Amino acid sequence: MTEQTKTMHKDIEARFAGIIALDDRSGYEGYRVEAEKLVEFATALRDEFGYDFLSSVTGVDYLPDEKMEVVYHIYKSTGGHALVFKVQVPRANPVVPSLVSIFPGADFQEREAWDLFGIRFEGHPNHKRILMWEGFSGHPMRKDWKEAYYEADAKPFDARWPGGDVSRSEDKMVFNKNVAYPQDFTPENWTPEGETALYSGMQNIATDEDLQTEHVVVNLGPQHPSTHGVFRMVATLDGETIVKLEPVMGYLHRNHEKIGERNTYLMNIPFTDRLDYLSSMSNNFGYVLAVEKLLGDTTHIPDRAKYIRVIMAEFTRISNHLMAIGALLNDLGAYFTPMLYALKERELILDIFEAVSGSRMMCNYYRFGGVARDLPPGTHEMMRGLAFERLPRQIDELDRYLTENEIIRARCEGVGVLTPEEAIAYSAVGPVLRASGVPYDVRRADPYSVYDRFDFDVAVRYHGDVYDRYLVRLDEIRQSIRILQQALNGIPECDNCLGKPRYSMRVPAGEAYGRVEGPKGELGFYVVADGGPNPWRYHVRAPSFINLTALSKMCEGDKIADAIIVLGSIDIVLGETDR
Amino acid sequence: MYGKGILKGLGVTWKHFWDTYIDDIKWGKKRYHTEEGIAYRMSKDARGLFTVQYPEERLPTPEEFRFVPFLVYDEDEGGEQVIRCTSCGICAKVCPPQCIWIERSTNPKTGRPVPVPAEFYIDVDICMNCGFCAEFCPFDAIKMDHDYELAVYDRLTNNIYDREKLLKPAAYYDGIRPLNSQKEFDARAEKEAKKAAAKKKK
Repeated sequence: MTEQTKTMHKDIEARFAGIIALDDRSGYEGYRVEAEKLVEFATALRDEFGYDFLSSVTGVDYLPDEKMEVVYHIYKSTGGHALVFKVQVPRANPVVPSLVSIFPGADFQEREAWDLFGIRFEGHPNHKRILMWEGFSGHPMRKDWKEAYYEADAKPFDARWPGGDVSRSEDKMVFNKNVAYPQDFTPENWTPEGETALYSGMQNIATDEDLQTEHVVVNLGPQHPSTHGVFRMVATLDGETIVKLEPVMGYLHRNHEKIGERNTYLMNIPFTDRLDYLSSMSNNFGYVLAVEKLLGDTTHIPDRAKYIRVIMAEFTRISNHLMAIGALLNDLGAYFTPMLYALKERELILDIFEAVSGSRMMCNYYRFGGVARDLPPGTHEMMRGLAFERLPRQIDELDRYLTENEIIRARCEGVGVLTPEEAIAYSAVGPVLRASGVPYDVRRADPYSVYDRFDFDVAVRYHGDVYDRYLVRLDEIRQSIRILQQALNGIPECDNCLGKPRYSMRVPAGEAYGRVEGPKGELGFYVVADGGPNPWRYHVRAPSFINLTALSKMCEGDKIADAIIVLGSIDIVLGETDR
Repeated sequence: MYGKGILKGLGVTWKHFWDTYIDDIKWGKKRYHTEEGIAYRMSKDARGLFTVQYPEERLPTPEEFRFVPFLVYDEDEGGEQVIRCTSCGICAKVCPPQCIWIERSTNPKTGRPVPVPAEFYIDVDICMNCGFCAEFCPFDAIKMDHDYELAVYDRLTNNIYDREKLLKPAAYYDGIRPLNSQKEFDARAEKEAKKAAAKKKK
């Protein structure tokens, strides 16, 4: 923590004396706030102290203490470290005032905390489940909730060794016999309450007196090729114009965080690959940073490993943005030709990932304290070839191919506009935030790893529309190539300096929030350790999930056909959205 | 001029279209179905059509490529299988989806555990190909395979691999991962030498 932030925190302590208390649990940081004073505290933080970017809101279930805790990570949009504050409420009746009126970006995250933890947020305008379906019984992230095929609280399971009791979970619990319905309940005749509530909120008759027109509610998805996966948008239309739009998600929900709490720390690394499966290296990066913060041995990472991490993360960014641009063009109706030109370059990057990590997409390459293995012979030349020769050439070609195209400009300019103030309020991150004229990039705002050694610009555009989001991605690819060129030139050589990764380690009790600038924006991992071999709480602050909060805002007033490209310009991956 | 951007873009498509034909003429038949041709299409200089026509053509698998694990056995002078695995259970403990089951064998006379697995199962339906088992095995006994064509018609009977199905000779391992196996061989030899030296001192 720098001197300045320390004094800043003193200001806050003085201003709120009596309302807040320092969180004095060992390994924890930040302040505890009384639930009644939360709204006042948050408003003052935003208006008086400049903490205007509420990055992460999440719940933690402290079962032994009979407490529920809501943890907030808030930043200044001008950069700097986080201010963490927490609200503790009794587990029997967890009610916390909602912050949606001050920070609209808390909307989905509070709904998620309600859905998974059963923490009620008083004053939330749309207080319902988000990932699980309406009618689901229980709150799955609570520590006393057990999933289907539950075996034990924590891996490794004893049955595997030395027992060697080989069995399939599906043999133990036969399909259709593993669900319990309430009495007198037939699933076929059931209309989910949530659906009715969803539609009734969206249907209303227009009040135009001359023309009695009715608003039409249209479902886009969940099975729709342009929603990038199983994702649904319920739109109320006035003619072709969107009056209201609500994203519905959770179709790919697998309770990643619960799995993460059953796993040991190491086991979570390959699971993070499956979040945003287009940029697994970045996911690994965020997670290992969080756990390394807990371990407190960030300084032991060899320089070469740090460089390899940055190189891989930047290649990931390029491949992800290529995919995003290709998919956006697909959404625009440019059927697959631009997509394939982008994929062609992406394939070459994946070839490098395969040679280095062993897998094209599920890389599982980062380890606590370094990376899994050194670069195999020949890969350095492959990377140089791409970073110095091929990619600059091909990105210029992509630029020439698409940027000036009149059809693309006509479709994208002025569509899905998000102003800078809105972007910050909605906690938008990554290219969405930067296209709205907010030059916020975690690599610069709160540098991690060795990013402070490289010379690069934070790509920023000022119109906040779909076209600018496309341009920002193109700019970012160019900046990534710059970083790659410097990193590949500067990577230190050494023999066997990376050491051998450990499979078991003691993680001291405490909490840590590790965040990286992933290709889709700020990707954060909030990990609470209780000193045991498994994390007590493992939370993912998923950029594609939180960026969707602003989707309805961006779409309102646009045409229904534009909703598709607005969604395409946010660049979501459902594996990460639904977790 | 309105439409200039579109024309420019079409120019790029046009160039891509002809690139393939130019390359075809330049390379003749060598561009397809040859190692050289595939290597060229994977290189930074590739242009034009770059698709690899699987299964007639295959991308080369790099050494680090990983797909479901297998067990390595050596052969002694008599041609007997010597399984490297000692059933220490580290792989089963680090396995994220917990798909490895090991049964330790015991000496029937004394009832003491013998360092050979009596049974070794991997449920490849669940295996997520993360490679942790191979990475953390202290005996170089379990390794990740290069064979990715595992499709079967009946997954319920075929996809729990037992010890017999998992065992592959060390020569196979040396073949698919020459650099790694050499490195491990050297490390083992060094360890042996140290041990011998320590014994001599005593």
